[in-house]
Amino acid sequence: MAFLSYLINGMGLGSVYAIIALGYTMVYGIAKMLNFAHGDVIMIGAYTAFYCLTVFKFSTFTSILIAVLLCTVLGILIERFAYKPLRKASSLSVLITAIGVSYFLQNLAQILFGTNPKVFPELMRNSTFSLFDGQLTLSYKTLLTIIVCILIMILLTIFVNKTKTGKAMRACSQDKEAAQLMGINVDNTISITFALGSGLAAIAAVLLCMTYSTFTPTLGSMPGIKAFTAAVFGGIGSIPGAFVGGLLLGIIETLTKAYLSTQLSDAIVFMVLIIVLLIRPTGLLGKKVHEKV
Amino acid sequence: MKKTIRKIFDKKHISRTISYLVVIAGFVIIQLLMNTIGIKSLFRSLLVPTCCYIVVALALNLVVGVSGELSLGHSGFMAVGAFTGIIISGLLEPYLAINWLRLLIAMFVGGIMAGIVGLFISVPVLKLQGDYLAIVTLAFCQIIKSLLNNVYLGVDINGLHFSFVENRISLAQGGRMLLSGPMGAIAITRLATFTAGFLLILFTLLIIYNLTYSRFGRSIMAARDNRIAAESVGIHIRNTKMLAFVISAILAGMAGALFGLNYSTLQPAKFDFNLSILILVYVVLGGLGNMTGTIISTMILYALPELLRGLQDYRMLIYSIILILIMLVTNNQTLKEKTENLITKIKSRFLKKGSVAHD
Repeated sequence: MAFLSYLINGMGLGSVYAIIALGYTMVYGIAKMLNFAHGDVIMIGAYTAFYCLTVFKFSTFTSILIAVLLCTVLGILIERFAYKPLRKASSLSVLITAIGVSYFLQNLAQILFGTNPKVFPELMRNSTFSLFDGQLTLSYKTLLTIIVCILIMILLTIFVNKTKTGKAMRACSQDKEAAQLMGINVDNTISITFALGSGLAAIAAVLLCMTYSTFTPTLGSMPGIKAFTAAVFGGIGSIPGAFVGGLLLGIIETLTKAYLSTQLSDAIVFMVLIIVLLIRPTGLLGKKVHEKV
Repeated sequence: MKKTIRKIFDKKHISRTISYLVVIAGFVIIQLLMNTIGIKSLFRSLLVPTCCYIVVALALNLVVGVSGELSLGHSGFMAVGAFTGIIISGLLEPYLAINWLRLLIAMFVGGIMAGIVGLFISVPVLKLQGDYLAIVTLAFCQIIKSLLNNVYLGVDINGLHFSFVENRISLAQGGRMLLSGPMGAIAITRLATFTAGFLLILFTLLIIYNLTYSRFGRSIMAARDNRIAAESVGIHIRNTKMLAFVISAILAGMAGALFGLNYSTLQPAKFDFNLSILILVYVVLGGLGNMTGTIISTMILYALPELLRGLQDYRMLIYSIILILIMLVTNNQTLKEKTENLITKIKSRFLKKGSVAHD
């Protein structure tokens, strides 16, 4: 039973990774860039939700909505001012710019909000429920996280596969020039992708703060790296890949912490990543691109 | 004799000469300043780390610029070099009193260890390409940091004591800990000197320029520019890339040893992912494959946050804005055209009409 409880907790953690990984993977799929500032958008989302809840005393739902909206706008602004002028630049220049944006957001947050850790208010009483005659205890938080993640996955899959914008996104990720010839506004599509990823980051921020309860301006960096790993794990550019990669990473991390070693869990997680990439060089669900001569 | 002189100043080798001149001039100027008017102790404390960062940046440029593979794991090699160097110097301390020789041995062994780790890593890493390679080197860097965080090593009259994850070492009297997990190394004898840093930069330049101007250098650049074409003329791509990667790791390890022996305490947490990124920024802003540019950009960018220290909290904010602006300006197409026009105008004014080189 202990195993099952670890497994479900791992799925909870993995769901948060999966939502963050979606932001990485969609942006990579369409703009072919590693958006290192994504983790810091999460942090901004966490602070927005925090101030909405504690200072302005908005309801939980309104606070989350404001956080999502603000992060969406932030994502569009970052794309417009930092990445758009570099559309034709080398990928390394874009990478460095993304790192610059990440430093900028982190240091701005340190100046605006201070470096002291903030305590996130309890959104739901930490109630647990038992199954199998009390042998398995689960918290509603974990369950809620998993449900939110699955819901997001379903909605996103429908959006990408059924709507016109989703079709445009898929077209742009395949071939930007051909998409433009078909009358798709490539610039707008890329902006929409950034907006969507950043909005998801805000939701991930709230879920992350519910689990860890305290946070600082560097909140986003470690989950950011982990989620990025999850995206690569599942095959970067693939939406189901991000989901699978995130869940697996969360489960592996929780199980190694429980059964092997807490201190070495990071090392083991990254080792698993390397082994997976050696066997499948484009990730679990990534497409293999054949080289043309 | 004439041939050697021509070799120093001809078009092909001039960049190498400039690199050496920049480094030597920098060393001479700083030495003169130190011996005449004296320099602030804050500035003096930056000298050795600057040398180390220059060496690591040059080593990374060999991988990113010359060989064309993105590595985010060079702080890992630095960490291996640093802690190996500290252990070696700590072990040799009772037997070898000559400081510079101990430093040399520590740097040598640190470099070799980092090279072995680099060789071990390069086998799986170079199977992958592009962003996947970047993430795997990043993962290796995290693994190295995470492992070093759990190593406990002590020495006493009975010999070496090693323990992993938990500290189970009980030392005899007179024994001392060399590494203690997340606390890292404590009470290191500081051996690093500015002269050693300067000599290491010269050594690095010697290695890198001799490599790039050789048959190896030409084949690795061919592999970077067109993999398939290079393969079809018989270049063994994996071996050439592996050689570049391992040499880069050795140089980074040597710089790491010097870096580690410059402080009295050192934690493994210092060698995190951000350090790799920092060095990558130096390389990209200095220009891929451009060694002189790397040296200058490292000096400026490492000193910049220190120069902005007066602005306190705002310094890193300003640093990040400068970073973004540099990237935006250097990649601005209209600006590029305008500067190019300006340069041709100036050239034509100096060289008179009609004699402008068309290249």
